[in-house]
Amino acid sequence: MNTNATTAKSPHRPLTLRTLAQGQAIPILVMIGLFAVAPFVVYPVFLMKALCFALFACAFNLLLGYVGLVSFGHALFLGSAGYAAAHAAKVWGLPPELAILFGTAVATALGALVGAIAIRRQGIYLAMITLALAQMAYFFFLQAKFTGGEDGIQAVPRGRLFGLFDLREMMTLYFVVLAIFVGGFLLIYRAVHSPFGQVLKAIRENEPRAISLGYKPDHYKLIAFVLSAALSGLAGGTKAIVFQLASLTDVHWNTSGEVILMTLLGGLGTILGPVAGGVIVVALENYLPRLGVPVTVAEGVIFVVCVLMFRRGVIGELSRLLKRPM
Amino acid sequence: MITIFGVPLQALMGQLLIGLINGAFYALLSLGLAIIFGLLNVINFAHGALYTTGAFVAWFLLQYAGIGYWGALVISPLAVGLLGVVIERTMLKRLYGLDPLYGLLLTFGLALIIQGLFLNRFGSSGEPYAIPEALSGGLNLGFMFLPNYRAWVIGFSVVVCLATWFVIERTRLGSYLRAGTENPVLVQAFGINVPRMITLTYAFGVALAALAGVLAAPIYRVNPLMGSDLIIVVFAVVVIGGMGSIIGSIVTGFALGVVEGLTKVFYPEASNVVIFVIMAIVLLVKSAGLFGRTAQ
Amino acid sequence: MFGGSVVKLVVVLSAMAGAARAEMTDNVIKIGVMNDQSGLYADLSGQGSVLAAKMAVADSGGKVDGTPVEVIFADHQNKADVGSNIARTWLDVDKVDVIVDVPTSSVALAVNEVVRSKNKVFLVSGAATSDLTGSKCSPNTIHWTYDNWSLANGTGKEVVKQGGDTWFFLTADYAFGHDLERNVSAVVKASGGKVLGAVRHPLNTGDFSSFLLQAQSSKAKIIGLANAGGDTINAIKAASEFGIIKGGQKLAGLLVFITDVHALGLPTAQGLQLTESFYWDRDDKTRAFSKRFADANKGREPSMVQAGVYSAVLHYLKAVKSLKNDADGKAVVAKMKEMPTDDPVFGKGTIRADGRKIHPMYLYEVKKPAESKKPWDYYKLVREIPAAEAFKPLNESECPLVKRT
Repeated sequence: MNTNATTAKSPHRPLTLRTLAQGQAIPILVMIGLFAVAPFVVYPVFLMKALCFALFACAFNLLLGYVGLVSFGHALFLGSAGYAAAHAAKVWGLPPELAILFGTAVATALGALVGAIAIRRQGIYLAMITLALAQMAYFFFLQAKFTGGEDGIQAVPRGRLFGLFDLREMMTLYFVVLAIFVGGFLLIYRAVHSPFGQVLKAIRENEPRAISLGYKPDHYKLIAFVLSAALSGLAGGTKAIVFQLASLTDVHWNTSGEVILMTLLGGLGTILGPVAGGVIVVALENYLPRLGVPVTVAEGVIFVVCVLMFRRGVIGELSRLLKRPM
Repeated sequence: MITIFGVPLQALMGQLLIGLINGAFYALLSLGLAIIFGLLNVINFAHGALYTTGAFVAWFLLQYAGIGYWGALVISPLAVGLLGVVIERTMLKRLYGLDPLYGLLLTFGLALIIQGLFLNRFGSSGEPYAIPEALSGGLNLGFMFLPNYRAWVIGFSVVVCLATWFVIERTRLGSYLRAGTENPVLVQAFGINVPRMITLTYAFGVALAALAGVLAAPIYRVNPLMGSDLIIVVFAVVVIGGMGSIIGSIVTGFALGVVEGLTKVFYPEASNVVIFVIMAIVLLVKSAGLFGRTAQ
Repeated sequence: MFGGSVVKLVVVLSAMAGAARAEMTDNVIKIGVMNDQSGLYADLSGQGSVLAAKMAVADSGGKVDGTPVEVIFADHQNKADVGSNIARTWLDVDKVDVIVDVPTSSVALAVNEVVRSKNKVFLVSGAATSDLTGSKCSPNTIHWTYDNWSLANGTGKEVVKQGGDTWFFLTADYAFGHDLERNVSAVVKASGGKVLGAVRHPLNTGDFSSFLLQAQSSKAKIIGLANAGGDTINAIKAASEFGIIKGGQKLAGLLVFITDVHALGLPTAQGLQLTESFYWDRDDKTRAFSKRFADANKGREPSMVQAGVYSAVLHYLKAVKSLKNDADGKAVVAKMKEMPTDDPVFGKGTIRADGRKIHPMYLYEVKKPAESKKPWDYYKLVREIPAAEAFKPLNESECPLVKRT
């Protein structure tokens, strides 16, 4: 096991086979392996929900954990992509791959808009702007005819991916969703472990110095914002196709709070943290009601415990235990 | 029928009055939030849940102790204030050196716990709470029928807000508080027990929330979700008014209630959004808010 | 892919093997009662519906030809995504064979799609939208107790007849509210009245003051409440607080349940006219059924939704017994449509090709406090609407299942 302490704050590490073999390759492969075998044991629809939210949390973590920007309105990107993809698939009859792409595109555009406005401020004020913009969007979605208000867009067709794969087959759908998740995850990994990622880190740790070195922080922040929004949109669009439903729940600020919970619980600034956080929270929401345990209370307790005692999150603590970055 | 911009005067005045009532709640709640943020630098997400708790305490008092509205107005804020002391002492205290994000997340978690417990016990539609006898009935103002209770809410809120403002801005205790915000170490050096002041400030802030809860109980029904949708709007009010500014939150609270009411008349669909639009604009133009001090 | 075909093969083989004996999937008949257990519709459905389902199971002998019958329940929290997730999990993982109740039309529509895609059975008692037997009709779904068209036809027509010819609607902003408003508007206009306007309010609104103010300034004679449950109660209370009634306007509660009247109390609710398909005190049979129900339900009489669950489950079990199989949802529903219904709740009735259950509807008026002798003694009958007139005529239906001659 590679116990090189400096890998925790690694310098520029290109995504080559050699560097993959060290560092974080093994945990990542373990994760993918687990997800590949899980559907034969666990209900695949639950796993797909976990994967979508895990991707959403990873995208959110890019902004919070690596750039240090708190967004209170991230549900906007998840939900708007969901509505866009649902509308494209149901009303325009687009095949699933184009519907999801369209959803991602909508989220990306919104990310650029929100990001451009939000990054003009810092800290809590940035968070408040994202909240305000997300609430405005929420009420737009509530009123707009095409979203169906409280009913949502229902009966979204799953269709055939690329005309070949019938997404109504559970396992086909599952592996497609897994592929999307892995793709998004690797994209984030690549972004973080790249010169771009290094600049983001520099900006987070000492912005004035980064400026003095000639970097324009606003550019970088905006790009990170757009990337985060785009991948959140990818998660949202995929979710709408899987569940054949796009609803107001996905743009409500409760969902924005949920993704913060997932990231915090999993471990801010770790690459696998949000995945773990996403899976745990979705699992709690699924299985706690059957046991009669109130989900909201459980989530609240986890928040409190994490903030007070457990700030590194599940993966963060695991990483410290195993002395390797995760 | 007189019309203004094509809207009958009756409808306009009616919605304005209702707007003032909503504004009263915004003002009371944002006042508490602003006080807490000013001194503790904590964004108290639990404020909505504690407002709900205030309403439920009033209901409990009526159901099980036979104590009516007037008793609840005194007891509920005290009870919730006590809860605030416990929260601050056991949890918030540990977070003071850290990024303010953690304070927010902690209080968010607390809000979830409180709301979840009430939801579990009472379901989402809650319980009714009767308007006290002395305040029932109403006044026919000609353009609308104003229930007495609603007039009382406006009046009482104004009094409480002004009293709070007076204490903070014009008394010695208030000056300690304000000094403590600017330079706690120095104030402590003068022999003033700053940690105790902080605890009491948090308790007072949440007591205000509970008071608002008791006022709200006869109007909105005592239900577990009453705080959660309100809290987001109250945040917006505090941000617009200037985080930490007392007079800012009071004035902005009432003003935004009225703006919301006006929007309901001319463009009802936008009435929920208008506050957020204003917040976004204010944040971009003057990030410290309308009455706030220099930008951070 | 592969997994799906294997499952299908197994089902086909086991269905073939079970031709002679009663062969139920997984050797149990599982009934899933899904409704609002904690929110604004919990009183009219909630645990009461679960009780009604269990009573129907007990009255059918607790088993069907040796196969045990189980009842489970879940809370959909009035959200379409929660409801469709529960339905999916129930049908995929928990081997539920039939889903019943589901108030809140948006959830019912979502569950309708899930059940259709998995070929199970959906018996709707709680939801109101007529689309369930209209454009969204399904060979797997039967719409039981009531629907928006029947309410509009009952209350709407009667109010207009009594002189309420200008209307303003307070509408719950989702499928049910819009559909109800649409249906009643059509009735009002067809009867020569006028609709002066409408305002949409979010589901579960606590404070109706600003909406009622708009209704007041419209000067319509009738304020139609196109909402249900807690929303209707809050609206009626606020109307009385703001002097709407004193000002001369009347409220028309377009969907009011006996549980709402109980919550409001007779002094506030008296004179309200409403249409229901079941009243506990209607005849000896309903009284006997309701007594059994109330004794197990803390003295609370059944709402029509809960009574409807009883009737639906009873008929379902009869059909499954006759078919000796519960695997094919379409087949079970077809059998249910073939057999006429008979139960103490609705009396004799039939089920149409579009999935609409047919029985008489009743227009009631809420008694004055002086006229009521005991709790729950709330209604006096104004008119019985015969079964043939109570629901939307089949030839006007938009359902693709209906054959046009």
